[in-house]
Amino acid sequence: MNILCVCGNGIGTSVLLKVNVESVAADLGIDVNVTTSDAGSAKGTANMNDLVLTSAELAPELEGTTTPVEIITNFMDTNEIKEVLEKYAD
Amino acid sequence: MVADIDGFLPDSAFLLDVPASDWKDAIRQAGKGLVAAGFTTDAYTDQMIETVEKLGPYIVIAPGLALAHSRPSDAVLKTGLSWVRLTKPVEFGNKANDPVSLVIGLAGHDENEHIAVMSAIAGALIDPKKTAALADAPTPEAIRAILKG
Repeated sequence: MNILCVCGNGIGTSVLLKVNVESVAADLGIDVNVTTSDAGSAKGTANMNDLVLTSAELAPELEGTTTPVEIITNFMDTNEIKEVLEKYAD
Repeated sequence: MVADIDGFLPDSAFLLDVPASDWKDAIRQAGKGLVAAGFTTDAYTDQMIETVEKLGPYIVIAPGLALAHSRPSDAVLKTGLSWVRLTKPVEFGNKANDPVSLVIGLAGHDENEHIAVMSAIAGALIDPKKTAALADAPTPEAIRAILKG
């Protein structure tokens, strides 16, 4: 599963989220390829992914993409990340 | 990849148990730590504040935790972090995760240098026991020890 983590600048919060998504996916035995991006360029690359993860504030920036966008409220909550990944794992 | 926690988070980058009047002041403290450690110039502090003004309080990524940062720019001299623990939590306007008691300042010189150290930090903050220990750790040395796991 290709996952795109989106934050404002593409270097901070999305990197933290990527690390945690990879760790949760490993626990679940899901094969993921996680990349990061800033909100501005995410629109262009979102379609190359199966799932986009971002925060509530930035989700509106991604309106119009055909890839599902899921909001993560607590980037440090493994259960929240786990629920989202399980939803799309099939 | 082993993270250079000592290099990216030197003593001078810590402001432990300091007051902040509001979110801008809290980010300014994070900027102060980055400048003191030689990672950024004062201009980067303004850029971190602008990021929130422009994009909203999305940098509050977990309850009580803000990751203050902006893009790599001329104002970033070296990659590094600062660590600001507030005596009294402040509101950033993020409904889900306010109020903030820990502000981590991040300066990335390029898009890759900081990834190893961010991995170490994520590994610690995702663990509730370590998060609690970080809130109580008395010294920079103790905080680095927790991050090194």
